[in-house]
Amino acid sequence: MSKGLNFIIEKCTGCHQCELACSGMNDGIFNQDLSRIRIFLLTEQSKNVPYACIQCEEAWCMHACPVEAIVLNPETGAKVLSAEVCVGCKVCTIACPYGTVVYHPASGKVVKCDLCDGDEAGPACVASCPTSAIEFIELPAG
Amino acid sequence: MSWAKRILRVNLTEGTCTEEPTNMEWAHKYLGQRGLGTKYLAEENDPKVDPLSPGNKLIIATGPLTGTNASTAGRWSVITKSPLTGAVACSNSGGFFGGELKNAGWDMIIFEGKSPSPVFLSINNDEAKLLPADKYWGQTTWVTEPGIKEQLGDPEIKVASIGKAGENGVLYAAVVNDLDRAAGRSGVGAVMGSKNLKAMAIRGSKGVQVNDPRAFMKATDDGKKVLSENDVTSAALPTYGTQVLMNVIQESGALPTRNARDVQFEGAAKIGAEAMAEEGPDGHKNLVKNAACFACTIQCQRVSKVNPNHWTVKDKPRYQKESGGLEYENAWSLGAATGVSDLDAITFTNFLCNEHGMDPISFGSTVAAAMELFETGALTEGQVGFSLKWGDAEALVKIAEMTGNGEGIGKDIGMGSKRLCEKYGKPEFSMTVKGQEFPAYDPRGLQGMGLAYATSNRGACHLRGYMTSPEVFGVPEKLDPHVTDGKAAMLKRLQDMTSIVDSAGICHFTMFAWGWDEIQSQVQAACEGDFSVENLMQIGERIWNLERKVNLDMGITPDQDTLPQRILKEAAKTGPAEGKVNELGQMLPAYYEARGWSADGVPTSETMSRLGL
Repeated sequence: MSKGLNFIIEKCTGCHQCELACSGMNDGIFNQDLSRIRIFLLTEQSKNVPYACIQCEEAWCMHACPVEAIVLNPETGAKVLSAEVCVGCKVCTIACPYGTVVYHPASGKVVKCDLCDGDEAGPACVASCPTSAIEFIELPAG
Repeated sequence: MSWAKRILRVNLTEGTCTEEPTNMEWAHKYLGQRGLGTKYLAEENDPKVDPLSPGNKLIIATGPLTGTNASTAGRWSVITKSPLTGAVACSNSGGFFGGELKNAGWDMIIFEGKSPSPVFLSINNDEAKLLPADKYWGQTTWVTEPGIKEQLGDPEIKVASIGKAGENGVLYAAVVNDLDRAAGRSGVGAVMGSKNLKAMAIRGSKGVQVNDPRAFMKATDDGKKVLSENDVTSAALPTYGTQVLMNVIQESGALPTRNARDVQFEGAAKIGAEAMAEEGPDGHKNLVKNAACFACTIQCQRVSKVNPNHWTVKDKPRYQKESGGLEYENAWSLGAATGVSDLDAITFTNFLCNEHGMDPISFGSTVAAAMELFETGALTEGQVGFSLKWGDAEALVKIAEMTGNGEGIGKDIGMGSKRLCEKYGKPEFSMTVKGQEFPAYDPRGLQGMGLAYATSNRGACHLRGYMTSPEVFGVPEKLDPHVTDGKAAMLKRLQDMTSIVDSAGICHFTMFAWGWDEIQSQVQAACEGDFSVENLMQIGERIWNLERKVNLDMGITPDQDTLPQRILKEAAKTGPAEGKVNELGQMLPAYYEARGWSADGVPTSETMSRLGL
């Protein structure tokens, strides 16, 4: 059984620590635009909505990629993007129904969550959240 | 690193935006934000300049930690010469605007001159341009902010703008960002308005790089852990917000009530944190939830809703939605200071202050002075247009609208308490220091806060050495609120530390849990150079003395280090401080000595040269 991220929207206070942890740990820079997890602030509605790749079993981004830059890591269940292989065509960003594969203009490649690639400490965003709004849980089968 | 090392200079007269390198020698001596911005102001501004003339510069500044994952690292400041006090203004805000500016790759923006017509500044990373703002002029911040986001087609843009108060020259107009966060004090919004600058709209995606990422991650993790284990920062502030103070300060007998005639307010329980969280008979609750500013793990912000059936919003759907709720200062200034105990009316008036872009502390304090003028007959019903009695919530709401719109008596209220009381012949009614209105602590109940108000470089202020912390909460150590001994040394220590917190880009509330060690390890990992505790303490002291020097150059004389006669002569009537006045005279000489200043309050040449000034 594989694990994935789960979000409890009501607990999110919109502090963006998860985005800063994601880019800080994976890219060595604090840059929300590089983060694989995003918090959308609906200021008018005063709602904060976290979203990231939920590692779909039937991953459309993976099937859509023309150069097979997205592959399954059988150990973690994560669909992992290889930046070396990615040609930045953005087809995956259209294929993903959740909008969680994001094109980054500066690198000319896309970024997506790989659950911190099996890091023992778990995904950085989960550890960074001060209100436990992000969980790393066993995904239901199927 | 950690600094973006770039400054954007915007000449509004010429309509030009130019890039220049940040003076890194100054960055190492003054750290960033408050310190660095003040250094630029000291070097570039004519101290005698009229604050509302094109010659006054307006500086928007971030700190080296702004935009990083250090807890609370989203702070930014506005630095200029204040139209309210004639002294240095440095007004600090949270929200998301500061982090975005830093992510766009800028340490500061320096505005010069005056635009011939209303404009707003648009920044998208390296690209900066001035765009027409005619259609936003005359609009509130609540119309301007979403309007600009829609015009530029990006909901992730962060906006800071002025409302009508800033356009109309209200002397305590604020700069409002993210709808309900504000650089509130000292009238920085009026300076922005005098330049025909309506707003700044920023989108940044360059990121913030720190000097030693591994050490920095460790230091910020450690810092967050300390915050999560401290009762104030992990429980009291997220649960009750700053409103946790209402009952505590009331019990301390230090809640200035009805223009500081009393020190306890009989309606305090109706306007405090518990009242906000309580469900009314019709099921309505004022407090909706708490929220966070950028990177904040304390998360003290209130999100509130006025009861849709309340007379203030009944026929006004746009005020029935959730927005930034009451902080302690605003609940006090709009409530206890004016004698109003209607929580919905106070919350609504706070919405109006955000929308019109004005400082609720100065506004409420000024209304309180007007109510006392009214009571004594110095201000008449004919002059006001309606009755202005203590506790009149309808009058409070009406005056807030008139002040924002610059109508009738609102024009007088917009001048602030000092000018208002002088105009109506009762200068002794003004609860101000250096022309800036009191915040929510009565110096008769908290002796050290009196010294803090008197010596603050921007006039009466609770954020220039928060003596309530030792005097009420025992942090960093317990001091008796009613004695004067030991207050001078503690105040100097807190003022210097606060200067560093404001200059690094983090929030004051971390200081309930963090000492020099936590601050130092984060700043040192972020910035190249020597940032030992010893050096940081000296930088803090240097910043304080620089501000003092700037003020002296601006003509702010040391005899203004004082308090209103009421606080020095009229004893508190009730509570633990009953019978007490503030004994400023016993503390001030010790303070000057602790600062290394002459007996008449001027930094000695020895002190100046020790600090490299």
